[in-house]
Amino acid sequence: MPDVGIETSTRASRGGAVGLLALAVLATSMPWWAGSGLLRTGVELLYTLALAQIWNLMAGYGGLISFGQQAFIGIGGYALVLFAYRLGADPYLTLAIGAALAGLFAWPMSRLLFRLHGAYFAVGTWIVAECWRLVFANWSWLGGGSGISITATVRGIEPWWREALAFWLAAALGLGSIAGVYLLLRSRLGLALMALRDSEPASESVGISVTRVKTWIYVAAAAAFGLVGGLIFLTKLRISPDSAVSINWSVTIVFIVVIGGIGTIEGPIVGVLLFFLLREYLADYGAIYMIVFGLLAIVVMLTLKGGIWGEVQRRFDLRFFPVQRRVRLAPRA
Amino acid sequence: MINLVDTLLQGSLLGGRYALMALGLSLAFGIMRLVNIAHGDFIVLAAYLALVTVQALGLHPLAALLIVVPILALLGYAVQRGLLNRAVARDIMPALLITFGLSVIIQNGLLEVFSADSRRLQAGNLSSIGLSLGEGVSIGWFPLMTLLIAALVIAGLEQFLRRTRLGRAFRAVSDDPEIVQLMGYDPHHIYALAMAVAFATVGIAGVLFGIGTIFDPALGPPQLLFAFEAVIIGGLGSLWGTLAGAMVLGVAQAIGFRVDPGWGILFGHVAFLVILAVRPQGLFPRTRDA
Repeated sequence: MPDVGIETSTRASRGGAVGLLALAVLATSMPWWAGSGLLRTGVELLYTLALAQIWNLMAGYGGLISFGQQAFIGIGGYALVLFAYRLGADPYLTLAIGAALAGLFAWPMSRLLFRLHGAYFAVGTWIVAECWRLVFANWSWLGGGSGISITATVRGIEPWWREALAFWLAAALGLGSIAGVYLLLRSRLGLALMALRDSEPASESVGISVTRVKTWIYVAAAAAFGLVGGLIFLTKLRISPDSAVSINWSVTIVFIVVIGGIGTIEGPIVGVLLFFLLREYLADYGAIYMIVFGLLAIVVMLTLKGGIWGEVQRRFDLRFFPVQRRVRLAPRA
Repeated sequence: MINLVDTLLQGSLLGGRYALMALGLSLAFGIMRLVNIAHGDFIVLAAYLALVTVQALGLHPLAALLIVVPILALLGYAVQRGLLNRAVARDIMPALLITFGLSVIIQNGLLEVFSADSRRLQAGNLSSIGLSLGEGVSIGWFPLMTLLIAALVIAGLEQFLRRTRLGRAFRAVSDDPEIVQLMGYDPHHIYALAMAVAFATVGIAGVLFGIGTIFDPALGPPQLLFAFEAVIIGGLGSLWGTLAGAMVLGVAQAIGFRVDPGWGILFGHVAFLVILAVRPQGLFPRTRDA
C-alpha cells in the first residue's frame, strides 16, 4: 500500500512566501528612493488591498456579505478627529484606539445584524453604516456635515517621516493582510470558517459554534477596517461624513474582489492591480470608469464565477497561497 | 397636541410614498427570494424616464405613467430573464452582486446623461395644494393621493395573486419552482413575469416620487434602504404588512424631523433597528425564512 500524505503547500506557495518577503523588503526601502507621487499611489493601493483582503475573508470564506464596512472606516477616521485633533493624543497611537473602538462597536452590532441572513444582512449592515454617517454629520464638535481638517494633528512631524511612516503602515497592512488571511485560513478557525460558508447546519453538527465564529470574524474585520480607516484619513488629513462613511468604499472593494476572484487570496491582489490600472487610464472620462468596472463585475459574475484568479486556478492549478489540504499518494522511498 | 396629530398625519402620508416604493421589493422577495440592490436606482431611473417623456411629449407627469410603467415592466422582464435567472436561486451571492453592479451602472449612467443637477416633475398646483383639517393641521393632496394609490395597487395585487391563473402561478413558483415545471410552467418565464409586475410598481413609484420631491442620480440607494426597512418592519411576504411597515417608518422619520431636521432619517433607521431587535420577524410576517 502506498503512503498517503496530506499536502498543504505547493512549489508555487513557496514562491508566494518568498515573493511576499521580497515585496516587504522592497517596501521598506521605498521611502528612500521613490518619489512622493509613487508613494502616495502606493499607500492608496496597499490600504485598498488590505480592505479587499479582509472583505474577501468575510464574504468569500465566511459567507458574510457586508455592504456596510464603511461604518468602521468612519469610526477609525473619526477616532482621529476626536482623540488626536480634539483631545491632543498622538495620531499614530490613535490608530490603535480607532481599531479598538471599531471592534468594540462591532460586537453589539453583530448581535443585531446576525438576525438577518444573506442579502438581508448585506442591506442591514448598510443601514447601520448610514446611522453612523448621520451621527457624525450631526456631531458639530467633530466637524458636522461639512467635515473638518485635521492637519494640526501632524504639525511638527517632518514631512519625509510622515510620508515614510504612512507608506510603511500601509505596506504592513496590505502585505500583512495577505499573510494574516493566509495563516488564519490554514488554522483551525479558518477551517471552521470555510465549513460554515458551505453549510451552517453541517458545521454545527461537527461542533463548530456558528455564532461564535461569525462574531469573531465580524469583530476582527471591523477592527481591521477601523485601523485602515485611521490610516486613510491620517494621509488625507481632511474628513467628512460623506467621504468617510461612503458606500463607494464598499463598491470599490466588492468590485475588486468579485472581478479578481472571490474566495481566493490571489483574487483581491489581481483585482486591486486591475482597478488601479483601469482608473489610471479612464480617470479622464469621469463616471465612465465606474460604469466599466460595474459591467466587468457583472460579466465576471455571470461567466467566471471564481473571477479572474478562479479561472487561472482552474486552468493551470496555480496557487500561490493555497489554503486547502490535498491528499497525495507519495511513492514509497 | 395639534403638533402630535400633525406629525402622525404627515408621517403616515410619507409612509404612503415609501409603501409604493417598497411594493416591488416586497413582491420580488415574496416570489423569488431576491433582494434587488438596484431597486432604488430603478425608481430614480423611472423618474428620469418620466422627465424625458414629459419634456418630449408635453404631457402631464401623471400621463407619463402610461409610458413609464410599460417600459419598466419590460425592463423588469429583461433584467430577470437576461441576468438574474442565470444566478442560481440557492446561492444568493450572484444575484446580490449583479444587482449591486447594476446600481452603480445606473447611478453613473444617469450622472453622465443628466448631470448631478436636481430635477422635479412639474405637475402644476397638484403638488402644492392642501386640504385643511382644522386649526394648524393640513395635509397635501398629493401625498394623500400617493397613499391612496399605494393602497389601491396593494388591493389590486392581492386580488391578482389570489384570483388569476398567473397570480396562482407566481405563488406556486414561490413555494416550489421544481413542482411548477411538472404543471407545464417554465419557472424562468414566470420569474421574469413576476419581475415585470414588480417593476411596473417601481414605475408608478418613480413617477410619483418625481412629482413629490426633487431628485438627482444619487438618490437611488436611500430609496432602497427605505423600501427595505418598510418590507422588514412590515414582515416578509405580506403586502399589507409592507404598507404598515412603511407607515411606521414614515411616522418615525416625521417625529425625528420634528425633533431636529438633521435627525429625521436617523430616527427612521433607529426605528428599523429597534423592531429588528424586539420583533425580528416584522409586524405581519407571512413568509418563513429571511
